[in-house]
Amino acid sequence: MTETIKTDALIVGAGPVGLFAVFELGLLDIKAHLVDILDKVGGQCAELYPEKPIYDIPGIPYITGQGLTDALMEQVKPFKPTFHLGEMVTSLEKVGEPLFRVTTDRGKTFEAKVIVIAAGGGSFQPKRPPIQGIEPYEGKSVFYAVRQMEAFRGKRLLIVGGGDSALDWTLNLQPVAKRITLIHRRDDFRAAPDSVNKMRALVTSGGMDLSIGQVTALEGEGGQLAAAQVKDNAGAVTRIECDAMLPFFGLTMKLGPVANWGLDLQSELVPVDTAKFETNVPGIFAVGDINTYPGKLKLILSGFHEVALMSQQAHRYVFPDKKLVFQYTTSSTSLQKKLGVA
Amino acid sequence: MPKITFIEYDGTVHTVDAEVGATVMETALKGGVTSIVAECGGSCTCSTCHVYVDEKWRDKIPPASAEEENQLDSAFDVRSNSRLSCQIKVTEELDGFTVHTPTYQGR
Repeated sequence: MTETIKTDALIVGAGPVGLFAVFELGLLDIKAHLVDILDKVGGQCAELYPEKPIYDIPGIPYITGQGLTDALMEQVKPFKPTFHLGEMVTSLEKVGEPLFRVTTDRGKTFEAKVIVIAAGGGSFQPKRPPIQGIEPYEGKSVFYAVRQMEAFRGKRLLIVGGGDSALDWTLNLQPVAKRITLIHRRDDFRAAPDSVNKMRALVTSGGMDLSIGQVTALEGEGGQLAAAQVKDNAGAVTRIECDAMLPFFGLTMKLGPVANWGLDLQSELVPVDTAKFETNVPGIFAVGDINTYPGKLKLILSGFHEVALMSQQAHRYVFPDKKLVFQYTTSSTSLQKKLGVA
Repeated sequence: MPKITFIEYDGTVHTVDAEVGATVMETALKGGVTSIVAECGGSCTCSTCHVYVDEKWRDKIPPASAEEENQLDSAFDVRSNSRLSCQIKVTEELDGFTVHTPTYQGR
């Protein structure tokens, strides 16, 4: 049994709004831990459009997704948030008034006085190929991530995709597997050129196979893959025998476990009030793209406003006996001390 | 105003008035074409606005950029007429432009 991590606030999602929540909570002395399924902070800003421009952050005429993420990380530094990246919150249970027990898919347990759901479009999860009858194989012989390379020792592997994940795992698993076949829809790869060159050298030396086409059907029994059918661009189908398949088609957003936390939902969004941004469960807040209310706009700037108001109510739960005095960072010595500038 | 026709995989047909300069993806969202998801909002980073360009129109639009081809790698059932609708700009000449939507956008 691992130790329970105790915190004032647990923020689910480390995108721009989750990060700014650290700041607004921090000004009110509320300490936060953040959990995000991605292996980096920034959410959609970092995953979907790190290089793309954002033009509607007040006071910042132009900034990229990664630029905004970096700036927010700088801004929240004084509050020393703790990040738990590459982890998904799986369960959330109310154990006090309010107090919540939260567990992640990596086996961590948290106890938090308030929960802030800043999960955007939900959790980023691997895209599943639309191959009929793939479900029984998933987790048994079809995997969307590699947790342990040893699991593939001596196996005949199909790796599908043309990006860095597909190429990196091809190169890493090539010495371990009995045989690797990389399947991609075209003979062009967007992965790092160095990896592509290494892969092509292995194909030339006979160390692996490359097949250009798309997987259309699977054969096997009881979740154990025996072969895959691959259709090439001329429509010809070949059958490739295999023990396991690793498809890498990037990520998509799914609401995920949030649906099971006892919250009211409206078409995959969490309804909140517009004074406190609190859900139907007192002590659980929802901010940013994942919430809904009359007039809601999915803008980063709306999320920033929401966390400021949310923090006021969170303060009542975390410090029920303390009176909250409204202050400005420009003039308040006490806030400036927290920011490390006074 | 050019009109764009979307034929969804289930046979539903939408003909939508398009603004010149907008993208075909934006036109689809405006017209309520639900099989175009556009998760990333048109940044060419998600491939959930995948369409098949009608054969008659294939040669009437500029070819896909390398960036678009790369992103198509994350789409499914990619064909020679596959495009990302967020990368096709509407022009006056595209009046009548027709695309078909795939059964699955990855989510």
